[in-house]
Amino acid sequence: MSLLRYGYIAGPLIGALWTFVMAVIACMVMSFATGEGLRPVLIPSLIFGAWLGFVWLPDGGRSRGERIVWSSALAILPALAFLLVDPAIVAAEGTSLTTLVLTWILFGVASAWPLEVMLRPLPFRSANRHEFEDAVIRFLTGFGYVFFTAIVAIPFYVMVMTSLKNQSELLQNPLDFSIDLSKGWGLFRSYQELFADFNFGTYLWTSFYVSVITVFLTLLFSVPGAYAVARLRFRGRKAFSRSILLIYMVPMIVLALPIYIAFSVTGLRNTIIGLVLIYPVTTIPVALYMLQGYFRGLPAEVEEAGLMDGLNRLQVIWKITLPLALPALASVSLYVFMIAWNEFLLAFMLLDDPSIFTLTRGIASLNSSEIPRQHLMAGSVIATVPIMLLFLGLERFMTKGLTAGSVKG
Amino acid sequence: MTTATPPTGTGPLGKREARLAWGLLFPTIAIVSAVVILPLLAIFWISVKPIGLADLRPPAPVVREALRGSDDNLRIQYRVRNSSQSEAIAGVTLTDTLPVGLSVRTADERCTIDDKQIRCDLGDLEGGDRDEIEIFVTTDDEEAAENAAEASVPRMTGSGNNILTNFEFTGENFARVFDGNEFWTVLWVTMFYTVFGTIGALLFGLFAALLLNKEFRGQGILRGLYLFPYVAPVIAVAFAWIILFDPFSGSANALLVQMGVTDEAINFFGERPLALIMVTVFEIWRYFPLSFLFILARMQSIDTDMYEAADMDGASPFQKFWYLSVPQLLGILSVLFLLRFIWTFNKFDDIFLLTGGNAGTRTLTVNVYEQAFAISNIGAGAAVAVVIFCCLLAFSFFFFRFISREEGL
Repeated sequence: MSLLRYGYIAGPLIGALWTFVMAVIACMVMSFATGEGLRPVLIPSLIFGAWLGFVWLPDGGRSRGERIVWSSALAILPALAFLLVDPAIVAAEGTSLTTLVLTWILFGVASAWPLEVMLRPLPFRSANRHEFEDAVIRFLTGFGYVFFTAIVAIPFYVMVMTSLKNQSELLQNPLDFSIDLSKGWGLFRSYQELFADFNFGTYLWTSFYVSVITVFLTLLFSVPGAYAVARLRFRGRKAFSRSILLIYMVPMIVLALPIYIAFSVTGLRNTIIGLVLIYPVTTIPVALYMLQGYFRGLPAEVEEAGLMDGLNRLQVIWKITLPLALPALASVSLYVFMIAWNEFLLAFMLLDDPSIFTLTRGIASLNSSEIPRQHLMAGSVIATVPIMLLFLGLERFMTKGLTAGSVKG
Repeated sequence: MTTATPPTGTGPLGKREARLAWGLLFPTIAIVSAVVILPLLAIFWISVKPIGLADLRPPAPVVREALRGSDDNLRIQYRVRNSSQSEAIAGVTLTDTLPVGLSVRTADERCTIDDKQIRCDLGDLEGGDRDEIEIFVTTDDEEAAENAAEASVPRMTGSGNNILTNFEFTGENFARVFDGNEFWTVLWVTMFYTVFGTIGALLFGLFAALLLNKEFRGQGILRGLYLFPYVAPVIAVAFAWIILFDPFSGSANALLVQMGVTDEAINFFGERPLALIMVTVFEIWRYFPLSFLFILARMQSIDTDMYEAADMDGASPFQKFWYLSVPQLLGILSVLFLLRFIWTFNKFDDIFLLTGGNAGTRTLTVNVYEQAFAISNIGAGAAVAVVIFCCLLAFSFFFFRFISREEGL
């Protein structure tokens, strides 16, 4: 371990790891962008990175500018040698030179620049604990950003790009996500077909009003309940708030089976009414739990003042508590809307009639071998975009609301 | 002088408050118990009954009415059959209104005609039985009579043996669930999925929270981006993953082949150990944002004084993390662990959409669906659901013992 503390050992190690990661990332980015084949090579990229990590190390009181100039001068020849003789990134057959050069530039910049920042705290010789750990943390931070951004972005990128292509293009080269902009509006053919032939307009509308009704009903039931649990003293209060938590731990599939049976027998299956009856019940416990947390945080004195001035409890709730709790109501509504919008299991089990499908149920119906998969992805995009926009617009509320009470996933 | 004693018991004000509380809670309790408690009881009931998907519709007599023949042979014909092939129906009766313009000549001896009301008593109808009733009539206008006959709908009564409500029980469902190795395989898969899914999501969440626990430009954007997997509809992201990892035309495989990691395409969701790992990775991917949000919220509420003191004492970054942050986060981490553990255990949609429970990914929840709908044995599905519920009770016992100490969530 203590050997690692020497700058000239830690620096090249960090450099090697980072450079290899960047080689992989550069290849992935360029492959996804152009569809052409690129391959990172393990050993050369590690050696190149180690060299980079070595020359980038700060040494004896040189200023940052000096160091960069010096190390670049030192680095450029061996770097070129590495790139040309035993390159860190090789191109597959049929890859254009432009792509390769672009990849190299991307790779070079993405390796060298962050590496300089990472190695800044590390001295050339023996580093103390702070300096060493600081460098490691900088490396981990850089790696973390790249890693998380990649894993989150790639599936969504694939989703959007697939929806803009057609079946033969997709089969020909699954990596090629470049878009032919000359097609103009033709790019959105899958979307047009979904709206024209697959009723996605109706699904969108059904999903929307089912979600809105769910939000409304949920608030209607959970606001009085949450208020009672948060403010009023009664026997069994603790047991009650526990059982709320317990209820929202019951798995949906366990309930879905008897609900399916009951709805089949009573004829509520395959109706929107049945869906609207069942959705709020799945969200009321969550909403109640979130709201009661918020109500507890409101000062009781304001309400007591209201009571002294002759309001009764219900008026207090309506005129004092609710206006104060507006931010919480907004976040709960948003969250409930999200749950209802994304709900899949119940819609899948209860709805058979294509004229009343919700969006998620509609997408499920696209999952067949006869329907090309760009339609499936276009459907997914249609379902994802509204909730994303809503969420990004109101993210602040959402984050607060989610963490205010623990939340079901 | 008398000593003043504080009042004991509940005073009238307290009673009024408690009454109001229960009044406010009543709608919630009513609807939640209707949709949660009743189905849970129903699950226990169904789990000990021999019931399949086809038995959901109880046996009922079905009738078809037609006006046949002409002149002397003119007759109303009722063809009755039992909808079930195996179950008998007892006390079948038929009632109908005699169409206007018809007068009865002779009727089947099982029928009585009283003031235009036809009432026939057919006795018992065995499974798969058919019966026929003919009533000879005369009329002036055959065409009008035909229309009139078709306009009046005959009503049937009869009590079939409804498997849902009778007292026939069986232990076969449970015997089937626990039968052989399958149950242990399912349990092992569930445990693997739950344990690794939970721990993975927590660790990734912790990592992401550490990354974003500082102010910098673009922090809000990254935070929003990292929440995407959680906010997007599960069906959309699950299909995106399926397409991304498709063995024939998936981009991930193309990329891996291109990078020289593998020679031939990998069937990510179709091979035995790999599929389970992939669904677990999906679970981690989808739910790390939730842990990340909670951990970040907790981190931002830690007092900075402590870190300043640690800086004065010369603590290194890792020491600060290990000796200061981790103990502070332990509470939220353990609560999150328990919550996520339970919810991952309950998860159904993800695996159902990704693999349908094939290739060794069948968890308990997927097994409910598999038994009830794929094999059409609702009783067995309910039995699995009962097993899940019992596990859940055990977990929540731990949860509540723990959460009473960690109420701060």
